[in-house]
Amino acid sequence: MTLPANVSGKAYVLGDNVDTDQIIPAQYLTFNPAIPEEYRQFGKYALSSVPPAQAGLPKGHIPFHTEDEFVSPYTFIIGGKNFGCGSSREHAPIALDAAGIKVVVAEFFARIFYRNSVNGGYLIPFECAQRLCERVCTGDDLELDVASAQLHNRTTGETYALKPLGEVAPILEAGGIFPYAEKVGMLNR
Amino acid sequence: MTPMTLTEKILARHSGRESVQPGDNIWIDVDVLMTHDVCGPGTIGIFKQHFGQNAQVWDKQKVVIIPDHYIFTNDKMANRNVDVLRHFAAEQDLPYYYDVGSERYKGVCHIALPEEGHTRPGEVLFGTDSHTCTAGAFGEFATGIGNTDAGFVMGTGKLWVKVPPTMRFIFEGELPPYLMAKDLILAVIGDIGCDGATYRAMEFDGPGVYSLNIEERMTLCNMVIEAGGKNGVIAPDQVTLDYVNARNARRVPYTPVFSDSGARFVFEKSYDVRKLQPVVAQPHSPDNRAYVNDIKGTKLDRAYIGSCTGGKMTDFRAAAQILQDKTVRIDTFVVPATSEIARGLKTERINGHTLEEVFLAAGAKIGEPSCAACLGGPADTFGRLNAPMSCISTTNRNFPGRMGHKEARVYLASPLTVAASAVTGCITDPREYIA
Repeated sequence: MTLPANVSGKAYVLGDNVDTDQIIPAQYLTFNPAIPEEYRQFGKYALSSVPPAQAGLPKGHIPFHTEDEFVSPYTFIIGGKNFGCGSSREHAPIALDAAGIKVVVAEFFARIFYRNSVNGGYLIPFECAQRLCERVCTGDDLELDVASAQLHNRTTGETYALKPLGEVAPILEAGGIFPYAEKVGMLNR
Repeated sequence: MTPMTLTEKILARHSGRESVQPGDNIWIDVDVLMTHDVCGPGTIGIFKQHFGQNAQVWDKQKVVIIPDHYIFTNDKMANRNVDVLRHFAAEQDLPYYYDVGSERYKGVCHIALPEEGHTRPGEVLFGTDSHTCTAGAFGEFATGIGNTDAGFVMGTGKLWVKVPPTMRFIFEGELPPYLMAKDLILAVIGDIGCDGATYRAMEFDGPGVYSLNIEERMTLCNMVIEAGGKNGVIAPDQVTLDYVNARNARRVPYTPVFSDSGARFVFEKSYDVRKLQPVVAQPHSPDNRAYVNDIKGTKLDRAYIGSCTGGKMTDFRAAAQILQDKTVRIDTFVVPATSEIARGLKTERINGHTLEEVFLAAGAKIGEPSCAACLGGPADTFGRLNAPMSCISTTNRNFPGRMGHKEARVYLASPLTVAASAVTGCITDPREYIA
C-alpha cells in the first residue's frame, strides 16, 4: 500500500519482545507468499503463537480472531519494546497485513521486521516515545492522522504524539522499495 | 579522513564513497546473496513479479541457494518449496545450488556458505535468514533481509542500508576448558538485553576472541541478532585467512578490512573470560541469563545438540568429550549442521571411537543434516518439541513456540553444558565432568 492520509479502526494490544515466531509460527512458513491464495493463509495463523495471557492486553486471553477467520477485526497493533524481533521472515509483516492490520505502533522495532514492513509496503510502523501498550486497551477505537503522526483514541478521548516516520516516509509513500528505487533512479528495468 | 570501524569501512567501499558515518543511508553493491527453502520461493516470486518472468539474476556467480530448513519431512508444501528452488536454479543455470537428495546437498546454510567458499573478508553478504550474521566471523558485513529486499538484490545486485554505529566487546584472557563461545555470547546478551544492539554492529576483539577457532567465532557472530544486532564482526587474522583460502577454490580476490585506530565505538565493554562461568538462557528469551551453577538440578525432558550455532565439529567434539563412556538419561538429539560435518562424525575419533560411535553408545539419536527442530518446523521434524516439555539445547533462540509447542520450555546452553545435562537429566555444570 502507499501512505493513506488517515487510518481508523480498532486496536489490538501486545507487550514487549513480540518475536516473529509468535507472529507467524514456523510450521506455517511452508505457504508461499508469492501465491495469492497462500498469502491469504498467513492471515489465518497471524499471532497464533502469542501466549494467551499476553494476547489482547491489558486483560489478555482475547483472541486476535477466531480460528477459522482469515482477517481479524483489528486495524492497529499496539506493541511495547522490540516489536518483531527474531527471524528475518517477511511472512511476519505479511501475516499482519493479510489479517487486515494497517499500522503497528511500538516503542521501537527490531530492525529486520521494520525494514520488511517498509520495503514490502505491508504496514506503517510508527514508533512512540510513551508506553502506549499500557495506555491503549484492546478494542479501543483509534484514528491516526498519518502526516502529523497524531493518534487519537476515540474511546478515551486521549491523543498521542507518535514519532515522525522520518527517512522511511518516502519509501512508504512510494509503496515499497521497488517503486521508491525507481523514483530515485536506482532501478532500471 | 575520519577513522572508521571495520563495518563502516566495508560499507563505504561498497558504496563507492571515501567514508561513511553511522546513520547515513547508502546504496551498496552486494557480493553474495543467499536464500533457502523457507524464503527462497517468496524471493523468487518478488523477483519475477518486478523484473519479469524471463528475467535473469544480476550475477549467477553471486547467488547461492541452499535448501536447509524443512528437508527430511513428508510435508507436501515443504517439499513443493524445494521444487521451486530446484526449478529456478535450473532455469537460471545457477552454479551454486545445493540440491536435496544430491551429492551436493549441504544442510544448514550458515555453515554451508563458508564450507563452500562463499564467505570472504571485506565482502558484503545478504541472506534471507536472520542468522546470516554468522559470516561476520570471516571479517565481512553479513546480515539478514526479507524476501522483498532479496528479490531486489537478485535483480540489481544493490540494496540501501543505514550505516549502523558499532559496539565493541573485548574479551581478555584465554577460555578455560569448561567454557565455550556460547557462554561468552549468552553472557553478552544477558548484559545488554535482547534489544541491546538494535540497529547496531557488534565487533568482537581481544585475545579471548583470537584464541578461538573459526567455528567458535561463528558461534559468537551467529547470536548478535539475539541482541537485535544488525551484524557481528571479527577482524580477520591468520586463522581466518587460512580457513578462507583453503575453501576459496575459485580464487575469488578479496581485501581484508580492519577498524582504523581512533575509530568511534558507540559502546565498549571488556570481559575477562577466565572469570566467566557457564551460562544458560532460560525460557523464553535469549537474554534471560542464569549461571548454570545457580539453576543446576532443574529437571529436563530432552537435550538437543545441533543448528548453525551448535551443530559444528567443535560443538560435537565438546559434547563427545563428556558423553564418552556415559549414558544419557533423557532423549538426546544430535543434528550435524551439514553433510560435511555428518561425515566428520564418522571419521573423527576420540580415544579410538568415532564421535558417531560415542553418541550412539551413549544412547543419543543422530539426525540428518538440516535446521531440524531448531525452529520447530513441520510436525514430523526430527527432535521437534510436540508437547509442553523442557529441553536444553545448543540452538540460538528460545522464544515461545520456537522449537514447536508454544508451552515448551527451552534452555539455551553450550554443547558442554547440554551434554553434561543429558547425562544427568537435569541442568548440570560441565565443571562436574571437566577440570
